[in-house]
Amino acid sequence: MSVLLLAEHDNGKLSPATARLVAAASQLGPVDLLVVAEAPAAIAEAASTLSHVRKVLVAQGQSTAEALALTLESCAQRYQSVSANASSVGKDVIPRLAAKLDIQPVTDIVAIAAPNRFTRPIYAGNALETVTDPQPLHLLTFRASAFRPVAAGGSAPVETLENSVTSLARLLAAHRNQSDVPDLSTAQIVIGGGVSVGSAEGFQLIEKLGKTLGAAVGATRAAVDAGYAPNDWQIGQTGKIIAPDLYIAIGISGALQHLAGIQGAKKILAINTDAESPLMKLADVALVGDLFEVVPQLIAELEKLGVSRPTG
Amino acid sequence: MKILVAVKRVVDHNVRIRVRPDGTGVETAGVRMSMNPFCKHAVEAAVQLAEAGKADEIVVVSIGPKNTNDVILTALAMGAHRGILVEAEQTLETLTIAQLLAKIVDEEQPDLILLGKQAVDDDSNHVGQMLAALTNRPQATFASEIKLDGTTLEVTREVDYGRETLSLPLPAVVTADLRLNTPRNAALPMVMKARSKPLAVRAAADLGVDLTPRLIVENISPPPERVAGRSVASVAEFAAAVAAEVNEMEAL
Ligand SMILES: Cc1cc2nc3c(=O)[nH]c(=O)nc-3n(C[C@H](O)[C@H](O)[C@H](O)COP(=O)(O)OP(=O)(O)OC[C@H]3O[C@@H](n4cnc5c(N)ncnc54)[C@H](O)[C@@H]3O)c2cc1C
Repeated sequence: MSVLLLAEHDNGKLSPATARLVAAASQLGPVDLLVVAEAPAAIAEAASTLSHVRKVLVAQGQSTAEALALTLESCAQRYQSVSANASSVGKDVIPRLAAKLDIQPVTDIVAIAAPNRFTRPIYAGNALETVTDPQPLHLLTFRASAFRPVAAGGSAPVETLENSVTSLARLLAAHRNQSDVPDLSTAQIVIGGGVSVGSAEGFQLIEKLGKTLGAAVGATRAAVDAGYAPNDWQIGQTGKIIAPDLYIAIGISGALQHLAGIQGAKKILAINTDAESPLMKLADVALVGDLFEVVPQLIAELEKLGVSRPTG
Repeated sequence: MKILVAVKRVVDHNVRIRVRPDGTGVETAGVRMSMNPFCKHAVEAAVQLAEAGKADEIVVVSIGPKNTNDVILTALAMGAHRGILVEAEQTLETLTIAQLLAKIVDEEQPDLILLGKQAVDDDSNHVGQMLAALTNRPQATFASEIKLDGTTLEVTREVDYGRETLSLPLPAVVTADLRLNTPRNAALPMVMKARSKPLAVRAAADLGVDLTPRLIVENISPPPERVAGRSVASVAEFAAAVAAEVNEMEAL
C-alpha cells in the first residue's frame, strides 16, 4: 500500500511534525511526501533527508484548502492512502478532499493496529474508537504527537509537479505570533499557564521558566480568551494536542477540555493553590502554592541544581 | 441574503461521559443533551448578520432522531427564522451528514452556510469542509471573525501558527470557532415564540443519499487511566522532581 503524505511546514521551514507523520504513514507502506508551498525548494530539500521517504513531490502553489485539495486530488489515484497532519492544515484539507473522492476519512489517528485499522479519540479523549476502513482509498490524518519521529539520513529523490490549481478563497494576511520557543505540539517539555497567571506580563514569568527548561509554553483557553496568551498557545480539545515527556501545569484547574490536550504527556507536574482541582489530583507530582511565589523560587532552585536546557 | 446554519445535538459538553463496558459505545441514555457549543457560535453569527441588516433569512437544519427538535428550537429562540429536521434514527457518518446537508443546500440555495467547526462528541471536524467540497464552494474553517462586505466575506481563522485572514466570494461555507462571538441565551418570550416558527420534518431516507456507514466501528474503549501521584510540600522538592525528570529525559 503506498501512501501520499502532505508535508507539514511553516514559514518556509519543514515542521518537526513531519518526521513524526512519516513514522506513522510508513506503518502503512512506502511514503511519498508532497510539499506544497509558495517557495517549496528549501522545504523539499529538508524533506528529502528524512528516512523512510521514497520520493518527495514538489508543487508550487497556494495553501488554501481548495488549492491543496485539488493538488492532492490530482495525485490521489496513484496511492492507496492520502494522509496529512491532524493540524489546522490537515483538518482543513483532508475532509474536503474526502468528500470530493466520496471517501469517509479517518482523522486524528493516535494508533495504527493494521494498515486499515486505526484508533482515534472521541469525546475530548474520554473514549477511544477503533475502526476498520474497508474503502479502497484511505484518507487519514495523524496526530503527530502520538508518534516518534523517524531519523534523518535519507536522501529521497525530488520530483517537481506541474501545478496550476486556483482557489476562490484568497489569503489576505497571515498573523504570525513571533516567538523563539520550541514547537508546542512536538516539544519534550511544555509549561502551561492558566487564567490565574493573570496577565500577559504574568505569562512572561511562565516563559522565563520555559527558557530555563528549554520548554514550549502553552495556555488554557481561559487564559487565551482573557488575552494573556496568543491563540496558537491553546492546549486542549480545541487547541493543540501535546504529548511531551514532561508537562508542568501552573494555575490550571484541569477542565476536561484541557485534559483532552495533555493525555499523551508522560509526566504531569502541577502547581495550584487548590489541592482539590482535578489536575492536581491526577498529577504525578503536585505542589500546593501561589504561582506568583512558587514560580520565581522554582526558577532559582532549578538554577541552583544546575538545570538548564538549551532551547530547540 | 439567506443563511443556512447546521446544528448538532450532542451530549452536553459539561457531562463526563461513560464508556459502555461492552465496548459498543458511550452511554447516552438519561444523559443531558444540548446543542454542540460550536454550532451555537454559528447560530449567533447568523443572527448578528441578520440584526445588522445583512441577512434576511436564517434557516437552521439539524439531522438526527425526532428529539433533535430541541436544538432546532434553541436556534429558533436565538433568532433563526425556520427550521428543518432531517430525521434519522441511526448513527450517521460525517460524509453522509454532509451529503444530506448538500441536498438541503440544493433546495434552499443559501448564500452563506455556517456550521460549528467540530462536534464535541465525535470530535471529527469534517462536515463544513465536506459540504464545501460537495457544493463547490470556498471554505473558511475555524473562524474567529467574519466581516461581510457586499458579496465578499473577510474571515479571520485560527490556525496553528497564529491567525490568518481570507477573502472569499459568496456563496461560501464558514465554520465557527469559540472566539467568533458570545452566543446569547434566548429569553423566555423568544423560547415561546420559537414554538410557532415553521419547522419542516424530512425523512433522511427520502433524500436520495445512501445512509450505510463506510467504516466498521470495532470497539469503543476508555483511555488508559492515570495513576494518582504524590504531593510535595516545598518548592525545593518540586524542583528536585523537575530536575529528576529532565535528567531522565537527557539520559535517553
Ligand atoms: C466547547 C469547549 C471547548 C473548550 N476547549 C478548551 C481547550 O481546548 N483548552 C482549554 O484549556 N480549555 C478549553 N475549554 C475551556 C475549559 O472548559 C476551561 O474553562 C478552561 O480550561 C479553564 O482554564 P483555567 O484552568 O485556566 O481556568 P480555571 O478553570 O478558572 O482555573 C483556574 C485555576 O487556577 C488556580 N489558581 C488561582 N489562583 C492561583 C494562583 N495564584 N496560583 C496558583 N493557582 C491558582 C485555581 O485554583 C484554579 O484551579 C473549552 C470549553 C468549551 C465549552
